[in-house]
Formats: sequence, C-alpha cells, structure tokens
Amino acid sequence: MQTLRRTPLYDKHVESGGRLVPFAGWELPVQYEGVIPEHRAVRTDAGVFDVSHMGEIEVEGPSAHAFLQGVLSNDLEKLSPGDAQYTLLTNDEGGIIDDVIVYRTDEHRYLLVVNAANRDTDFRWLVEHEQRGSDVRDVSDDYALLAVQGPRALERLGLPKARPFTWAMSELDGIEVMVGRTGYTGEEGVELACMAEDARALWDAVLGRGVTPCGLGARDTLRLEVGYPLHGNDIGPQWDAISSDLGWACALGKEFSGVARLREVAERGPERKRVAFRMVEDAIPRQGMPIEGGGEVTSGSFSPMLEVGIGLAYVPTAMSEAGTELTIDVRGRPARAEVVEKPIYRKKEA
Amino acid sequence: MAAIESYPDELRYHPEHDWARVDGDEAVLGITWHAVDALGELVHYQPPEAGGTVSKDASYGEVESVKAVSDLISPLSGEVLEVNGGVVSAPETVNDDPYGSGWLIRIRMSDPSELDSLLDAEAYRKLLADQ
Repeated sequence: MQTLRRTPLYDKHVESGGRLVPFAGWELPVQYEGVIPEHRAVRTDAGVFDVSHMGEIEVEGPSAHAFLQGVLSNDLEKLSPGDAQYTLLTNDEGGIIDDVIVYRTDEHRYLLVVNAANRDTDFRWLVEHEQRGSDVRDVSDDYALLAVQGPRALERLGLPKARPFTWAMSELDGIEVMVGRTGYTGEEGVELACMAEDARALWDAVLGRGVTPCGLGARDTLRLEVGYPLHGNDIGPQWDAISSDLGWACALGKEFSGVARLREVAERGPERKRVAFRMVEDAIPRQGMPIEGGGEVTSGSFSPMLEVGIGLAYVPTAMSEAGTELTIDVRGRPARAEVVEKPIYRKKEA
Repeated sequence: MAAIESYPDELRYHPEHDWARVDGDEAVLGITWHAVDALGELVHYQPPEAGGTVSKDASYGEVESVKAVSDLISPLSGEVLEVNGGVVSAPETVNDDPYGSGWLIRIRMSDPSELDSLLDAEAYRKLLADQ
C-alpha cells in the first residue's frame, strides 16, 4: 500500500479537529465542524481550504507560449502577464487528461495548477510534447496553496477587489503570496500560493482573520451546487471535451491535441451530454447510479443551500434540455429528477 | 448541535451500531452515537412503511449524510407500529439527540427471545474500544 502524503499543514488540521481521510494519495481533512456549516460559511461569509495537494507545473522559455498553445484547449492569446484562464489538457481524441488553471506569470513563463491525482500524468504528457526552447518543471513541492472563498473573503483578508481570472503578488502579515482571483466554489474569493515553509504562518494568518476552516466535503458540495466538474468523476480522458459541456473552454479555431476530433463532434453534435440536475423526489443521487433511457450520474450529493439532492450526469442529447424529467435508479427505487441550467444553485434563490 | 458521546445503560445494542429501547412487547429502535458520528450530519431518512415487518439483522431502511449512505440494521424482528416522522422531515434530529427525539421506528416484537443476543451498554462500549 502506498503511503499517504501530507501537506505542510497536516499538524494544523489535526490541531483544528479536522477529520483526516485519504484523497488522491493525500491525507486531508474531509471536515472540521461539519460539511454543512462549512459549506454555509463559504456561501455567506468566508472559508479556507488547504489545497496544497494540487500540483504546480511551471513552463518557461521563448517557445513556452507556442508549446502550450498546442497542448491546451483554450486560447492562450487572450492571456497577458497577470491573467489566468480555465483550460483543458486534451489527448489526441479530444478527451480530457486534466482541467487546469493556467497563470501567465511572465512574458515567457506560465504556471499550471493541476489536479493532485493527475500531477504525474500531466507532467509526463507535457514533457513528451515539449518543444525546444521551453522547459517544463514540476514545482508542486515548493508551494502550498490555500483557497479562501466566500462573499467576505477579500474583505477579511484585506485584499483589494480584482477581476476574476487575474493574479497579483501581495503579502499577508509579512508573508509573500501569489493571489489568484480564482476558485472552485462559485463564490468570490482567492487562491493564495506561498512557499511551502510559509504555509503554517499563512494558515494562522487567515484563520486569525475569522475565516472558517473547511474540508474537502464542503469543497465538493460547493462545486457541485454551481455545476463545476470534478476530473475523475464528471470529466476524464474517456469523454471528449464537447460532450463534457466544456466546449466554451475549447478554441476550435486553433490547432491543439485532439482538435480535429472536437471539431467533428461540435459539427455533428454530441451523442451524450453532461448535464446538471436536481431531484424532484426526496432522494440523494450518488455517483454511478443509472438513469432511465441510458444515462449515468457522475456526481451526486445533497445541496446544503437548496436542501435537495443534486448532481451531474451524462445523458443522451435528446434528454439534455433543461426541464427534461429524468428517472434515477436510487438503489432499486426509481426517483424523479429534472435537468436544470448550471449553476444549480444561484445566489438570488437564497 | 451534535450530541456528545454516550451509550445509555438502559438500552440494548446490535454490533452494527443500532440500539433498542424495550417497553413490554414493544421496542423503539435507533442508531448509536458512534454510527451518527461516523456518518456526519444526516440529510435523509428512508423509513420502512408502518404496518410492515422488520427482521433481526436485516436492513429496514437507510440514512444518508452528505457523503455517505448507511443501511439501518434491525436489532429485533417485529411489526412496524410507527415511523418517526420528525426525523423524516428533519434528519439532523438524529445528530442532536440519537437516543431521544432521534429515534427511528417503534415495533411490536415478534420474538422477544432475540433480546438475549443483543449487547448491553458495557459490552457495546467494549466492542467499540476493540475496533
């Protein structure tokens, strides 16, 4: 059995009463006080997540731009130093190797923040496709990453408002941090990258400003409420990016891995589509549950804000319109659900 | 607010973390603090139908938290007299008060001799300590 890795904040999680569980090869807190209060803290105030398990890959050199433009699905031309972008690392069939945030950190330097479980796969893929004049480095162990999310996150941290998908260097209680206006909760917030040795001081500084410590449980329900896919559950190398409903992150006018296939799928329309749904009946959908008519739940849980079961699923395109009724097999009991637009939870409903 | 750990002496326990409070030929069933703590905040209770039967060691329903689903294992056999509707509409009641207002069903026992196979509080605490 593989030993579980620990982030620089492991002791802090134990100290704060975190319930530690294995996740993607790491030992991380699933919750502190409870998934639901942590979830609500992020929707109404501010919460902090240790996401140091995520990988950071740096690509630098005069040909870095051209190289990444050919392996990432979104258009890097739109990115100036100081910007960030949601993009996909696609394989030759247009399947999703990983979904990543790319930060342009300098004219000829980029930082890719990748999913923990895909760190090695992504790194190998990049090195395999690397062009002369660009250097790919896995710098994951150098950094710790904290996501501070919620309507009061910026105010509590004393950080200025900034456009989503931008980043800037800043400091918090004397600790140098790279502040990205990015996140995975659908709330305003930031992701703070610091040197691994500063992680504990940064964690204390954030908690000292009244931010609630949150675990992976709330991270999952928060992203699900806004319909964000989780790689490995809802998206993956076996599903093309168009069927995965991530066509908006694919610049089909440029050349990149798998683009020919993606153009084909976009042209004729996908056979199956990833959709969001909410339960009409009192039941909680879970990953792997079959849907009548040939579909499958890829993520399902209870929405702490809507207080109903919600989920993401692949369904035949004919069943993908908002308002379509779905019947989900909940351990042998048929339960009705309805396809909805993303995000599943919208602020105005609160 | 979640309850603090306890295993009342007057209850009988099943090793699958279920309890029974016996009153004459009737029993009230629920799940223990240990089960509730392992699951986290409950958000769904799928009860059996009143009038139906439950069998010792078999599932009679489910409870779910945000992250997990758990079968409810009956410590005793009998007829379901009543389902706790308060828990159906507010499953978190079980987190707050697992041995009181968080009870799940009330049954009429069909074989009171089954009580002999259940654990007392001391034996159940020992089982938890040995896990």
